[in-house]
Amino acid sequence: MPDPTSAPVLGFDGLTMEFPGVRALDAVSFGVRAGSVHALMGENGAGKSTLLKILSGAYQPTAGHLQLQGVRTIFPSTAAAIAAGVAVIYQELHLVPEMTVAENLLLGRYPRRGAWLDRAALRAEAARLLQLVGEDINPGTRLGRLPLAQRQMVEIAKALGRGARLVAFDEPTSSLSETETRRLFAIIRDLRDRGHAILYVTHRMDEVFEICDAATVLRDGRHVVTHGTLADVTRDTLVRSMVGRELTNIYNYQPRPHVPNGLEVRNLEGPGLRQPVSFSVARGEIAGFFGLVGAGRTELMRLLCGAVSPTAGKVMVHGTAVQGGSPRAAIRDGIVFCPEDRKKEGIIAVRSVAENINLSARRNHLRGGLLLDSAWERTNATAQITRLGVRTASSATPIGLLSGGNQQKAILARWLSEPVRVVVLDEPTRGIDIGAKSEIYALIRELATAGASVVIVSSELPEVLGIADRIFVMREGALAAEFTREQATPEAVLHAALPSAAA
Amino acid sequence: MSSPALPTQSAFARLWDSAGMLLVLAGLFLVCSLGVDNFLTATNLRGLALAVSTIGMVACTMMFCLAAGDFDLSVGSVVAFAGVLGGTVMNATGSVGAGIAAALASGALIGLVNGVFVARLGINALITTLATMQIVRGLGFIVSDGRAVGIRTDGFFALGNTAWLGVPVPVWLTVACFLAFGVLLNLTVFGRNALAIGGNREAAHLAGVPVVRVKVIIFTLQGLVAAFAGLVLAARMTSGQPNTSQGFELEVISACVLGGVSLSGGVARIGFVIAGVLIMGLVQNAMNLLNIPPFYQYVARGCILLGAVMLDRMKQRELRWPTKLDLW
Repeated sequence: MPDPTSAPVLGFDGLTMEFPGVRALDAVSFGVRAGSVHALMGENGAGKSTLLKILSGAYQPTAGHLQLQGVRTIFPSTAAAIAAGVAVIYQELHLVPEMTVAENLLLGRYPRRGAWLDRAALRAEAARLLQLVGEDINPGTRLGRLPLAQRQMVEIAKALGRGARLVAFDEPTSSLSETETRRLFAIIRDLRDRGHAILYVTHRMDEVFEICDAATVLRDGRHVVTHGTLADVTRDTLVRSMVGRELTNIYNYQPRPHVPNGLEVRNLEGPGLRQPVSFSVARGEIAGFFGLVGAGRTELMRLLCGAVSPTAGKVMVHGTAVQGGSPRAAIRDGIVFCPEDRKKEGIIAVRSVAENINLSARRNHLRGGLLLDSAWERTNATAQITRLGVRTASSATPIGLLSGGNQQKAILARWLSEPVRVVVLDEPTRGIDIGAKSEIYALIRELATAGASVVIVSSELPEVLGIADRIFVMREGALAAEFTREQATPEAVLHAALPSAAA
Repeated sequence: MSSPALPTQSAFARLWDSAGMLLVLAGLFLVCSLGVDNFLTATNLRGLALAVSTIGMVACTMMFCLAAGDFDLSVGSVVAFAGVLGGTVMNATGSVGAGIAAALASGALIGLVNGVFVARLGINALITTLATMQIVRGLGFIVSDGRAVGIRTDGFFALGNTAWLGVPVPVWLTVACFLAFGVLLNLTVFGRNALAIGGNREAAHLAGVPVVRVKVIIFTLQGLVAAFAGLVLAARMTSGQPNTSQGFELEVISACVLGGVSLSGGVARIGFVIAGVLIMGLVQNAMNLLNIPPFYQYVARGCILLGAVMLDRMKQRELRWPTKLDLW
């Protein structure tokens, strides 16, 4: 265990960051010790990302500075941060998929012999770095061929190769499987034991207690608390300091009447599914789909919403078979889809919040069948923003400027603007803070109560168990099990989700 | 929980964003009026307006192309081809209507081909329109046998050489294009869909926007309008010239970008385009009046384009940083 009294290797001292119209960080001070894993927690918008950006040298603070081994400093550039032994590992890795692992590892500092690239040295050094993270990867492999988890290891090895003494992780497990997470934790522990300081940004409470030695909570850009040790800190204490209020039961489950003949899926087949899938969701029912990464959940949802055409099978809504073929056709038949990757597939970042909300429903509100109804456009956008509590300066603000949770609410508002029969939500609360989560759950309940059949995909077991009336488990491209709310214990659901070899 | 302040733009930033280039235009106009002899005369201003009319028309549809995240390099060739084809058909049939119809139809067809290749087959717009640019230029030479086609149907020249209320007809036609495409962009689902596609194609597709259809229509309109502009140009010159308007496509794109239409899609306003077209024309006109040799004018135009792209980049960065970082 690290010595809690040792001087911090990295200190944040009165760090303040102002952007036009917002103070993202407000005089934040705390320290990270060598040989410890320090959790940095807070809702979206608390200022974690800004803090990491300053640490990586991408941003220079408006006021305050860093203390690196007792020396006041501000990194004027990312190169300066790297030179000082600071590495920040983002969710989106900064690697070149077209290049080999070795080339990525030594990018920017290739060994040379005269004017020539020293290939032997490149390979040898790459192998040495990979060994540091205990990865058995051929350095000559093209990076793009590696699974995400291994790319992350490459990124860590790259940081170590540049002499990083402080490694900051930004939600590193968000797209890793359980096994991969284990491996990552082993590496992080190893780094810690070798005296590195680790700053670990996460939303996941379990991870904090599993791997972290200390924790700092930010809220609205301010420092709330730093726990030097987590020995007598509870989950509740952390959550309370993150949200600044008590959260009783964010799922607030209440039984609703179910009317049959909602969504009927019969023997659906398509890419990513190993077996035909059949299930049905009544009107007013919330069906949760759980499974490990790669179990075929997203693929199934994309078939449902018309993004991918099924090779066989049938989807019926309210007793009528849907045409399919395109999302447009699916929407006309009453199936709407909220994709997993909000930035890539959900929002149109440069367009306004109002544009994003009205995008789909506006076709039902034309004047003379041709011109936009500007009055409706305005009223609907304002009404949805108020109804969903989207925090935005105005309806004309580009949606890209909003926080993740508010972007997600705006995307949901897109579908609340028109009559829907089936709502398919793929990871609707990924990367969203707990406050916005509970608001999104309320919306989902509202949709179901209004008679929609809701299909929700989630990798978070508590979420599936908390909100769904029925739980479907997918495993290796097939529907593996089905539970009623009463039958669904965490153990049973998880057991059904694990591949048979591991079960 | 206290709600954190939300990002707002300063009043100046907002003004600059919505009207920046119009302000630049007004400033330039003022400077030229005061500093350049013969600038502020009816004859010169009429000439200026006439000079930008061809670019102005095509810029309207180029704006849609850019809004949807594409561009079209074939417009210069289409302008030339439409004049040549229109002239040839008119001379052969003696019918102005037939010539116009043939030119417009072929322009639309070229646009349709571009659209199908780009949107349906997913070929890069640069490659596709680079190819059609050369094909159509070649077709123009083939049809005319490489020579100018002198047009013999006098009625056709009304399109280029008459005036209404003292303003030349081509200028009225350009104004009509600005109005029509401004309405199309701002007041119809089609216009909004084009912007949505340019902003995020995948998100627009999943939200039910008929991406392929919208793009094909945009390219078809682009070809149609370029052909129309070519006819008007031919009417002004009383002949179809197979080698006219080389590099025209770049002038059109420059004008759009100069006005503030984003090259990466999703951001476009008709006011931007009008400002960009007029700034380009104004600078060119002033340089002519100041007797700056044409060789130097090329350099100046290039510099203006570079400046405009830099502006586009800076604007993007302003919008991108929070998007990318997910700050709040």
